[in-house]
Amino acid sequence: MSEKKYSKKHEWIMLDGETATVGISKHATEMLGDIVFVELPEKGKGLTKEEKAAVVESTKAASDVYTPVSGEIIETNQPIVDDPSNVNKDPENNGWFFKIKIKNKSELDTLMNQTDYEKFIKDNPN
Amino acid sequence: MEKTALYNFHKNLGAKFVSFAGYEMPIQYREGIVKEHISTRQTAGFFDVSHMGQLFISGDKSSEKNLEKIIPLDLKEIKTNQSKYSFLINDKGGVIDDLIITRVKGGFNIILNAACKDNDIKEIAKCLNSESKFELRKDLSLIALQGPKSESILETTVKGIKELKFMNGNYFKFLEKEIYVTRSGYTGEDGFEISVPNENAENLTKLLSDKGAKPIGLGARDTLRLEAGLCLYGHELNEDISPIQADLKWAISKRRREEGGFNGWKNIKNDLLNGVSKKRVGIKPSGRIIAREGTKIFSSSGEEIGVVTSGTFGPSVNAPVAMGYIQSKFAKVDNKILLEVRGKKHEGVVSKLPFYKKSYVK
Repeated sequence: MSEKKYSKKHEWIMLDGETATVGISKHATEMLGDIVFVELPEKGKGLTKEEKAAVVESTKAASDVYTPVSGEIIETNQPIVDDPSNVNKDPENNGWFFKIKIKNKSELDTLMNQTDYEKFIKDNPN
Repeated sequence: MEKTALYNFHKNLGAKFVSFAGYEMPIQYREGIVKEHISTRQTAGFFDVSHMGQLFISGDKSSEKNLEKIIPLDLKEIKTNQSKYSFLINDKGGVIDDLIITRVKGGFNIILNAACKDNDIKEIAKCLNSESKFELRKDLSLIALQGPKSESILETTVKGIKELKFMNGNYFKFLEKEIYVTRSGYTGEDGFEISVPNENAENLTKLLSDKGAKPIGLGARDTLRLEAGLCLYGHELNEDISPIQADLKWAISKRRREEGGFNGWKNIKNDLLNGVSKKRVGIKPSGRIIAREGTKIFSSSGEEIGVVTSGTFGPSVNAPVAMGYIQSKFAKVDNKILLEVRGKKHEGVVSKLPFYKKSYVK
């Protein structure tokens, strides 16, 4: 597995071979509060980088989740649909959203590593 | 931006603030909306609602008569220390604000919504003569304590409150100062609203907290009131909605429904006699889809029939809940409807209100 990367829209992505796992960052879950609804993309769906991929809703509001890379959705995490609080409990592991067959690995180079992301959220607290 | 007397207290409790009706108010604390909601239902929670207007009106018998022009209650029938829910009504029969009015010695206390209070006072002033005096009590904070443990928690601090019945109040002493406590609230739980001088608001709230009441923000206040089927001004109520459409006929006194004599009577009378074309209903979306404010409602045959005015996830119901207005012929409980969320139509049903069963002390 390679290094975990982050987007400016607070998704994380981890590459393993040709596929990558995507979720939302711990920081994002703290901003959202209690997540009470998750809608995931359909398997087989093709998406381009920064396209809307999923929806999360807290008691307060609905937010879109974007894919940080282009590719095809190959797997989604049903347990977070059945019990959305699973996202709050473990956002960067068991609370993953979808696996995507990555089209162009160089898209990962535009994303931040953990240190840069931590700096980014410190500079952009909202 | 205004702050309540408890601002620093909230800050120390880890509150996240939002601007609401010109005030910086806590939307949630460290535990988050769902836990705050559940704590209120299972034990007790305290809410700072000091942004709401506390209007004291004094005067003679003519003030009572004049107030009846804008408030459709039988005011002379309200006993001392009794509270009633009602509204200020405009010339079209729409709702200027909803309120709780309590008769106290020398006049009435009226609790008004924060966003409406300045305009409310202008509208009320239009009805009163020079014999009446009114004062917006900015020297007082308002703390709500809600949930099944409210009585036992408050009784240890303010002796005698356990004698209060639902929608009744009285004066009590706290730290040598007079406070006014009513048994009422906005959560569907037993509870109290405590009007306390600003300088003692933190002392009181700290005692409630020490005895186990949790701090509750505006986020959970909204999920709690929605589960209890209670209206929120600016959502279920506004100047273009009549109380009859809002299914709040009960908040207009019987004598007033027969005699009228208040603003907008012509339209209200028409609504009462001929029925309304749209009405407020509860809505249960199927599955976990949340139908938020503005969600369009369609009949099962695809005709647009209404709109959602409030919607969220109800933590105690453990399902999404909503309220909205739909054409009356579709308003029957269990009627199937469709809710358009993010471009897709999802099934739902018209539900009876409240979603969550109340437990008031009668």
